[in-house]
Amino acid sequence: MRKMLIWLPLVLFLGFFGLFASGLLKPDDRLITSKMVGKPLPDFTLPPAASDRPALASSQLATGKPRLLNIFASWCVPCAAEAPQLMALQKAGVEIDAIAIRDARTDVDRFLGRYGNPYARIGLDARSAVQIALGSSGVPETFVIDGEGRIAYQHIGDIRADDVPMILDRLRNAQ
Amino acid sequence: MRALLAFLLMLASAPVLAQSALPPAPYADRQIDDPALEKKARALMETIRCLTCQSQSIADSNASMAGDMRSEIRQRIMAGEQPEHIRAWLIERYGDWVSYEPTAAPILWPLWGAPVVLLLLGLLLLRGRIRKGKRP
Repeated sequence: MRKMLIWLPLVLFLGFFGLFASGLLKPDDRLITSKMVGKPLPDFTLPPAASDRPALASSQLATGKPRLLNIFASWCVPCAAEAPQLMALQKAGVEIDAIAIRDARTDVDRFLGRYGNPYARIGLDARSAVQIALGSSGVPETFVIDGEGRIAYQHIGDIRADDVPMILDRLRNAQ
Repeated sequence: MRALLAFLLMLASAPVLAQSALPPAPYADRQIDDPALEKKARALMETIRCLTCQSQSIADSNASMAGDMRSEIRQRIMAGEQPEHIRAWLIERYGDWVSYEPTAAPILWPLWGAPVVLLLLGLLLLRGRIRKGKRP
C-alpha cells in the first residue's frame, strides 16, 4: 500500500495534464444559446423600424403558423450576407418578421433598399431591451416561432445557403 | 486649398466602423443620482458577464450591448427591483454562464466541498505526524 502511494503524485499529474490538454485541444465554443428556447416569447411592443413596414408586437407572432423572427441591424455586416437567404426563404412562402437592434429608421430604409426586404413587420429595439429579454447575444440571430408563439429554435449567426433546408425543416417541425 | 478641404471633410465624417450609429443608452455611462442605489447597481454589474467580450464584466466592457445592459440594470434598480431578482431574470435567459457569482447548484458542490475535505485531510495527516513524534 505504502509503495503504491509513491505513484500517486505522478498519477495526479498525468490526470491534470490530460484534463488541460483536452481543454486546450477542444475547439473554442463561444456561442451563448438562449435558454428561452421552448418557452413562450416574452411580451413586447416595438415601434416601426422602417418607413414602409408596420411595427411589431409579440402578440402578432402567435398566428397559428410557424414563422421566423430575424434579429438584425443595418450596421451589421453578416446581416447583409444573410439577406439573399432570407429573400429565398420568403420566396418559399415563409413569413419573416424582424427586430432591428440599436438602429435608426433612415439607416434601416437604406439597408433594406440595398439588400432587399423580406420582412412583413419590423420593430425597432433601440436599447437592445427585447434582444436581452429573448436571450439573444448578438446579430444576426433567427428564431423559429411556432403557431402558439413559443420559441422553437434559435439560429445564431448568419443563415448560409446550406442552412436554408435545415431552417425549412425546423419550420415544418414547429407546426 | 483642396488638401485643406479634404482634411476638414475628414474631420466631419462619421466613424465608419462604429458598432452602431446610436448614442449610448441613457444610463449606460451615467451613474444613478442616489449613491446607495448606484452602489447596488455597480455590485451587480461587476458580476454580470458581457455577451460580446466574454471575459469581461459588463461594468468593464465598452461593447454597445454591455452599455445597453448597464442602462437596463440601472433603470430597473431605480424602479425598485432587487439585484438578485435581475440576476435571476438574466440567468433565465442566458443560463448560469451570464453570472460570475457561483450558485449552490449540485454541479458546484465539489467546489464548495473541496476546502472542507482538504482541511479534514490536513488535520488527519497532522494527527498522524504528532502521534508518530510522541513515540520514543
